[in-house]
Amino acid sequence: MGLNEEGSGIRVFMLGWEFPPFISGGLGTACYGLTRAMDQLGVKVTFVLPKMVESSYVTHVKLLTPASPVQEGTRTVSEYELKNVNFKTIASPLQAYATPQSYEERIEESQRLKRERVEPGQTGQDMDKAADYGGDMYREIRRYATMAMDLARTEEFDVVHAHDWMTYPAGVAVAAMTGKPLVVHVHSTEFDRSGEHVNQVVYDIEREGMERAEKVVTVSHFTRSIVASRYGISPEKIEVVYNGVERNGHWTVGEANIRRDEKLVLFLGRITMQKGPEYFLHAAKKVLEVVDDVKFVMAGSGDLMYRSIELAAQLGIGQKVLFTGFLRGDDVRRIYQMADLYVMPSVSEPFGIAPLEALDNDVPVIISKQSGVSEVLKHALKVDFWDVNEMANKIVAVLRYPPLQMTLRNHGNFEVRKLRWKDAARRCIDVYEQLLVAV
Amino acid sequence: MPSVCFYFQVHQPMRLRHYTVFDNDDQYFDDGKNAAICRKVANKCYLPANRLLLKLIDKHQGRFKVAYSLTGILLEQLESFSPEVLSTFHALADTGCVEFLAETYYHSLSFLYSRQEFVEQVKKHVNAIEELFGQKPKVFRNTELIYNNELALLIEAMGCFDAIITEGADHILGMRSPNFVYRPQGCKHLKLLLKNYSLSDDIAFRFSNRHWVEWPLTAAKFEQWVSAVNGNGNMVNLFMDYETLGEHQWEDTGIFEFVKHLPEEVLKNPDNNFKTPSEVVASYEPMDVVDVPNMISWADTERDLSAWLGNPMQSNAIHELYRLEKKVKRINDEQVLSDWRKLQVSDHFYYMCTKYFADGDVHKYFNPYDSPYDSYINFMNVLDHLQKRCTGPSLGGELGGRLSGETSSPVGTGN
Repeated sequence: MGLNEEGSGIRVFMLGWEFPPFISGGLGTACYGLTRAMDQLGVKVTFVLPKMVESSYVTHVKLLTPASPVQEGTRTVSEYELKNVNFKTIASPLQAYATPQSYEERIEESQRLKRERVEPGQTGQDMDKAADYGGDMYREIRRYATMAMDLARTEEFDVVHAHDWMTYPAGVAVAAMTGKPLVVHVHSTEFDRSGEHVNQVVYDIEREGMERAEKVVTVSHFTRSIVASRYGISPEKIEVVYNGVERNGHWTVGEANIRRDEKLVLFLGRITMQKGPEYFLHAAKKVLEVVDDVKFVMAGSGDLMYRSIELAAQLGIGQKVLFTGFLRGDDVRRIYQMADLYVMPSVSEPFGIAPLEALDNDVPVIISKQSGVSEVLKHALKVDFWDVNEMANKIVAVLRYPPLQMTLRNHGNFEVRKLRWKDAARRCIDVYEQLLVAV
Repeated sequence: MPSVCFYFQVHQPMRLRHYTVFDNDDQYFDDGKNAAICRKVANKCYLPANRLLLKLIDKHQGRFKVAYSLTGILLEQLESFSPEVLSTFHALADTGCVEFLAETYYHSLSFLYSRQEFVEQVKKHVNAIEELFGQKPKVFRNTELIYNNELALLIEAMGCFDAIITEGADHILGMRSPNFVYRPQGCKHLKLLLKNYSLSDDIAFRFSNRHWVEWPLTAAKFEQWVSAVNGNGNMVNLFMDYETLGEHQWEDTGIFEFVKHLPEEVLKNPDNNFKTPSEVVASYEPMDVVDVPNMISWADTERDLSAWLGNPMQSNAIHELYRLEKKVKRINDEQVLSDWRKLQVSDHFYYMCTKYFADGDVHKYFNPYDSPYDSYINFMNVLDHLQKRCTGPSLGGELGGRLSGETSSPVGTGN
């Protein structure tokens, strides 16, 4: 127990989210990368996460749910390889990146399914619990907090660490009950997700979590300044911990059979306001004025997907833009192998792990200057998200000039290897240690 | 009997404006930015330094001497943006204590890519200097002190130079001292002057460094280091960027005070004097032959060409540029020729250097770009347009066509 590494001894009650490939977006990836690195550093982690299940395995370590659309064989072995991590699921329909509205729709859908399918052997109590989910996300968040407190009573830990706003109330409750210090980890804020149309309730939950926490960890200085200015949190309380990237450890192979005549420019991420899909399409339109043999791929889903398809048609570039829907696993790797360039035109991006994954897959990247990742990446092309002229200028240059692509790829790939989850985990451990010494 | 031989490099590149693939005009250069930088450097360095040196020459009645190498691209900018600097250079020329050196007019790397273009640029520079200052340069220095045996042979063959200057790099000298005149390998008449990089860098780089054990550097202390050469050297070659005075080392570091007192300190010792490069060459015979088969320069710690040609973008950009030479010269359009030559200024390739990019600052001085990638993209967009001017817009162009995989549709017809 904790014989080797620097994290030895510290026990963390971590309120996180499901690991890839179960969810889209960087939050699960970050939870996985960070937890795995902490595990390797000898930190004992109780990893608590919500799971939408028909019956609640409140105290089980088991993760896989029968309702999961993913087949057994495609599951990552990640959960089994973590020696120091104890997984605890709380039966809850909360999902990363959910909004009150999407939550409601999901619950309705689930209720409908449940009515259609009577599960044999299900106890009445379980049914009651499931019914408790209700249609109100905020109530569910409070319920989740209560469940987390129940769980915490049986656990031993030194620090509470909560990832993004839906888990903050649980973090606050557990910390208050046990007197242990709270760290909230800000992967995104309501301002990133909703621009200036901020949901006041969400904002209040975020703010309370940040205020009640002993330390606030942000994924970039970009986010740190939002937390300081928009939430009024004292800057001394905020620590920046950059995300890392998991080396995939394989070199791109079999490229030969996917080489086509056409170049491929990739947008990969949720198609939401925050990610700036319309800027990507406007830039594509400009690129096509001067380059013909190129296709634009938008991989991902999100509430702006249909509007984006319409916009592509309106711009008269429908035949040049492909929408793949949400990709996972091998499909992601395949699309990276096919891509000549990855573009992340995010309007507001607290960090942005995807460009690191692109670089790791030898794809050069253009990233918006309004992203946290632009603080750590030097060997990337950078644009203001609204400057579609410059975005197009840079896309054309990458497509046209192989030496540019080559230099970006070589240096970028090298640079990305230095961004490791282990460093992120060490920084978090430093934060814990500061708190534990202070107590 | 050490002679102190000062030579200052004076150069400002002509920076490109932001030029996208959608631009389609001949205005490649950012006149506003170039004017602003030229005036800024003039006020911080060129004017105060020129006035100070004029005063010192006057005060020491011909015993204090310096040399300059002024690039053609700088002279053009001074004429447009800061003519008063030019008149102080005229005044310096009139003292008879100032020597002007020859180099490539466009501060280019042409020696590496086209001997013909190189010779044309050297001649253009010699003529410009002669016309402006009434003296024909007799000593040659190549851009960034890039040098090898072949360059020395070519310069000797041009028949108009007595000496050539380069970096006194350790690996070419071995145990020998840079404080003597040498002979380039294979040359019969041409002499070789080597920069004493240790003493030069004490002024150029370390002067304001408070962590340096010798800080603060005073004129008196420096004089002792110069005098210590006595007995093992004929001269001390102090070669540096002129911008050292007031721009790299700001006025508040005391750099002007240092220079102000240096002549009197040096001259206190009757063994010491100041000489221009031509006087040094006339005074001393070569001690030995120096063999430099591989290219050297005065840049970075590597003293090689990697600052300009170290990555695929740099070699691609410069290669494509010189591939245009024949076409540019064939169409016989003064403006196209001039634009093409201004693209040869070595700084364009320096901005594309990725070597120290991750660590930050070394290559940052007045670099107009956020990244080496931006600089390459901008340069290639301009080059692509210049290419079209050489071949006629309807033909597309070999470069654009080859690189974009298109043959017909001309690029950049937007706006």
